[in-house]
Amino acid sequence: MTRQTRPAAGTPLSRVDGRLKVTGQAAYAAEHDAHGAVRGVAHGVIVTSTVGRGRITGIDTRAAAGQRGVLKVISHVNAPELPYRPWRGVPDPARGERLRVFQDDRVRFFGQPVAVVVAETLEIAWHAASLVRVSYDAGRPATDLASPAGEPNESENYTRGNVDQALRQAHVRLDRTYRLQREHHNPMETHATIARWDGDRLTVWDKTQIVLNTRAGLAADFGIPEASVRVISPFVGGAFGSALRCWPHVTIAALAAREVRRPVKVALTRKQMYTGTGFRPVTEYKITLGADQRGRLTATVHDIRAETSTYEDYREGLGDVGRMTHATPNVRLTYRTVPLDINTPTWMRGPGPATAAYAIESAMDELAYELGMDPIELRMRNEPDRDPSTGVPFSTRRLRECFRVGSRTVGWDRRNPRPRTNRDGNWLIGTGVAVATYHTARAAAQALARLHADGTATVQCGTSDMGPGTYTSMTQVAADAIGLQVPRVRFQLGDSSMPPSPPHGGSMTMASVGSAVQDTCDKLRRQAIALAVQDPRSPLHGTTPDDVTVANGRLHLRDNPARGETYQQLLARNNRTYLEARGGYTPGDEVERFSTHAYGAVFAQVAVDEHLGLVRVRQVHGVYDAGRIINPKLADSQAIGGMVGGIGMALLEHTITDPRDGRIVNANMADYLVPTNADIPNVSAIYLGGDDRTADPIGVKGLGEVVIVGVAPAIANAVFHATGRRVRDLPITIESLLGG
Amino acid sequence: MSAEISNDDPDVEVPEVSRRGFLSTTAAGGVAAGVLPSSLAAGRADASAGRAAPSGGQSSALSVTVNGRRHQVTVDNRTSLLDLLRERLALTGTKKGCDQGACGACTVLVDDRRVNACLTLAVRCEGAEVTTIEGLAAQDGERDGELHALQRAFIEQDAFQCGYCTPGQIMSGVACIREGHTGSREEIREWMSGNICRCGCYVKIVNAVEQAARGGRD
Amino acid sequence: MHPFAYTKPADTRSALVAGARGGRYIAGGTTLVDLMRETVERPGTLVDISGLPLRDVRTGERRELRIGALARMSDVAAHPRVRSAYPVVSQALELSASAQLRNMATIGGNIMQRTRCTYFRDVSAACNKRQRGSGCAALEGYNRSHAILGTSDACVATHPSDLAVALAALDTVVHLLGPDGERSLTLTEFLLRPGSTPDREHDLRPGELITALEIPPHPQPLRSGYLKVRDRQSYEFALTSAAVVLHITGGVIRDARVAAGGVGTVPWRLTAVERRLVGARPSDRLWAQAAAEASHGARPLRHNGFKTELLERTVERQLRTVGGTP
Repeated sequence: MTRQTRPAAGTPLSRVDGRLKVTGQAAYAAEHDAHGAVRGVAHGVIVTSTVGRGRITGIDTRAAAGQRGVLKVISHVNAPELPYRPWRGVPDPARGERLRVFQDDRVRFFGQPVAVVVAETLEIAWHAASLVRVSYDAGRPATDLASPAGEPNESENYTRGNVDQALRQAHVRLDRTYRLQREHHNPMETHATIARWDGDRLTVWDKTQIVLNTRAGLAADFGIPEASVRVISPFVGGAFGSALRCWPHVTIAALAAREVRRPVKVALTRKQMYTGTGFRPVTEYKITLGADQRGRLTATVHDIRAETSTYEDYREGLGDVGRMTHATPNVRLTYRTVPLDINTPTWMRGPGPATAAYAIESAMDELAYELGMDPIELRMRNEPDRDPSTGVPFSTRRLRECFRVGSRTVGWDRRNPRPRTNRDGNWLIGTGVAVATYHTARAAAQALARLHADGTATVQCGTSDMGPGTYTSMTQVAADAIGLQVPRVRFQLGDSSMPPSPPHGGSMTMASVGSAVQDTCDKLRRQAIALAVQDPRSPLHGTTPDDVTVANGRLHLRDNPARGETYQQLLARNNRTYLEARGGYTPGDEVERFSTHAYGAVFAQVAVDEHLGLVRVRQVHGVYDAGRIINPKLADSQAIGGMVGGIGMALLEHTITDPRDGRIVNANMADYLVPTNADIPNVSAIYLGGDDRTADPIGVKGLGEVVIVGVAPAIANAVFHATGRRVRDLPITIESLLGG
Repeated sequence: MSAEISNDDPDVEVPEVSRRGFLSTTAAGGVAAGVLPSSLAAGRADASAGRAAPSGGQSSALSVTVNGRRHQVTVDNRTSLLDLLRERLALTGTKKGCDQGACGACTVLVDDRRVNACLTLAVRCEGAEVTTIEGLAAQDGERDGELHALQRAFIEQDAFQCGYCTPGQIMSGVACIREGHTGSREEIREWMSGNICRCGCYVKIVNAVEQAARGGRD
Repeated sequence: MHPFAYTKPADTRSALVAGARGGRYIAGGTTLVDLMRETVERPGTLVDISGLPLRDVRTGERRELRIGALARMSDVAAHPRVRSAYPVVSQALELSASAQLRNMATIGGNIMQRTRCTYFRDVSAACNKRQRGSGCAALEGYNRSHAILGTSDACVATHPSDLAVALAALDTVVHLLGPDGERSLTLTEFLLRPGSTPDREHDLRPGELITALEIPPHPQPLRSGYLKVRDRQSYEFALTSAAVVLHITGGVIRDARVAAGGVGTVPWRLTAVERRLVGARPSDRLWAQAAAEASHGARPLRHNGFKTELLERTVERQLRTVGGTP
């Protein structure tokens, strides 16, 4: 295969959309009217339920509708019946049905949309929304995982070996329960949708991680062909999973626009984000470890309970870590969901493994202390040669190397393993480690590439860029494959009219879309070469295509660079305004034949002021085996960002529900705490690099998720090392460290 | 440069990574005293506000200078400076993250001080000089479009991911540097803590502020 | 947000006239605008007092420090005399909110800041402070951030200001101007405990304006400092805090002023702690003994029981930090 002399992939390129973002010109969902894409927009404000369960007995909209500038108030009383064609989106739970907007009088959770007010201005819409009076026949909702809330959903079970026998024979047995509280993504951009109808055609500017899903969802809701819906989403102001599904407010915006016969913009408030999208569910993880004298795990039992809604059964990959991280011959795993009167949880960065690793890696730390063994050594003694859950070989697994490199960097050898041995003034200092793993997901994707007569190229895929730098990394891959300099390539995304992409989530974008872009651009380059070698007027006429390479937009013989011509010359002579190629990527049987994951070793150092119950992170360092790194600069940012998310998970984040009525009492950014700049002193990452061509054609293993996994347990383990106190509930709060 | 692909709906702009949106919705630089915002978006909003403004003295005439350009508008008294910028003046670089003063995404300079535009009523900005992210790059002659040192530093240090908190971070950072709160990384961290970044770019935000502070004050 | 009329008087007299007609004064607006958006506050008229000449910070003849009510938090924190004479004030200010909010909020507005109680801020919840007689959802609800001191069966909301805690320790006087002329009260008199009328938060009469806060002269040398304990390192309200002001000569504590934040329905003077300190010699033992008096009379709720102990520890730590260990 041909290659540019200096490939763009692998270089720390600054973001190609950097200028747009630092000048405020990147257009996010709620801003497309100001950018001139849609005119005459009215504002929709959603009214939400103030009870957690029950029926609406009356809606008095007179005061609201009477306000000057109000166009319409829509609720289940006057909303048209929507077709809601049977449909299940890729990111939707496998069981249950999506919430239907304004179709009946039932209230399923506190904060459910019950009406929308559409008005000329935002101020009027807000005021009018506050005037809508809703009365309810309300019951007490079930919101607590621990409460006997009725029958749990059918459990997911997994077994290998003979767990009970192994536990009976174990040298050490450990039984622990860990809990993780509910967390919300809280991307800085609140969710927003602008909807416009042109006859039966619907155009939507939306905050979404997958335009195709929003398109399909809206088409199903309104009973129209998917081809009649266009979804546009060039920039996403963070999402972390919150923008994977087609949420009720998206449908509400489209419904309102149809009702008032004008484009309507609906932007959720920060408060509405807590019930208008999803969240990482409250999870209780009971674990039993059995080990022999030498620290080899002989059996593990995982009993997991997580919350879900009454109308959908949300499940995530909570079992993955327990099945495959450590070599264990005997494993039993049960995963139950408990339906509660809440809105449906959803994918949040590192879904499944982030939660499971907290429990498993904390328990491993406890086991290391039980055995009097170094916690890294314990992991090394349980490193499997093959995937213990399937028996298939790993494509690549360099966890040992991750720990070796990390230990050296942080000076792990100098650590005194005994708790409470390191003090700095009022602070007890502790260090901890944890393993991070995340499955390398891959899915079919397509792309379109055009080489223009001016020697530039445009490449498209309907994927998304919520922050990792899809625009930039795809440009790098495309530039290398076409044989152009990066500034001459433009990558476009975020439009449902572009070739299809899988969800921009689950760390699968680079592997899937990247491979599709490379295939497409390879085809484009070959097409140009074919044109040249067949063109009697080309200096390359009659040569063998395989002998021709392209660099900096110039085709030439590999062995004789002087013989060649530029793309511009080739296209101009042939009167072509452009060449076009379509290509794609479909994962093959390597997905089954190999176990493919990204790995990491996470090291944390914390300072604990025991007297005041304060935990302050001093350092988090992650070493990652994530395959090939297309852009080290962006990958570094993504890793640090994931670790910052993990710090929040460990110490701060906790959505709190009032069990009396299901009200979320900290649905704002002053009370739902995420880390501030002052909370993040020294966070760094190293990638081992490498290239896993078994995983996918471009050799990447995904990195958006693995970088949040393992951070919380590393911190919790460091808190134990500092204080001798084991906290088994996240977040670790002041009150959990006081006393004693 | 390149032609659009598959733009099958002539009414909709194909999303693209370009400054086209910017050029089509903001007027050329320079001070145009007494001129109403010229963008279509703003003109439309003005018209609708005229139709729908509350009566009985609940709206006010306002003269405010934004990025060196004076705007005379009638505002609903309830309108925040943030919504004035975003919904009326088509200056959407200033972001709405919480609308409660709890995230800093809406940070702008009012009379050279950094403030939260979401908690600032527009009507109270009579006579004020407001600087937003759109007014930070050079707007004059030869240097037109040249980025502010901190904007460059944000790109070079990769001090953002999704980009949504970025304008607020940069405006806050510009003020932080001017205030002299850049003596150490620790000091920068504390004085930049009014700006939440959920992508977790703090380490690099501090790098960028440090770089721009070292490089001299804008 | 409900519609409202807006007026910006050019002088104090016009402001008082507008205030007497029922207008609501707005200074920095960081609390008021936020609560108006939640429809917790619904003023019919806003009287913008930001144009009034009440911004000066100056030292008087008796060495008292007079801070104009409209002085901004950031300006007061950075004021040279405040920094040198009253570090407790500078520290309390700079540990508050964010740089942006401190550039907006005023000193007068800060002591008038309304509680962060989630049920107060949510008009769909019962709240006696918002609507007397409607009940208190916090009593049996989520109350981790709520008060343990000065509470009543009607209200357990915490006063959120850090500055007010420092000012309470310093016996600060609030100067008021109203239709009936001037009057002055101590900050402790000015801010009211909830009792059965939690909607009455202060002794401000209709139409009255806060014109200045005055820190009276204190014996020198004076040591002071503010400690704020919170989950997050920055940009968060206090779970507990302690303002400590000590006058030590000849190795003996001659004067002690200690106040606590995050725990009271008003800034809470810890007089029992002060009594233990005055006349004693600094020692770790003294700090611990005195701090043990801090939570005297505390009434913890379901989720804030930890505050009792945390308060004592916060006070002890700050006594040691300010008073030192010989």
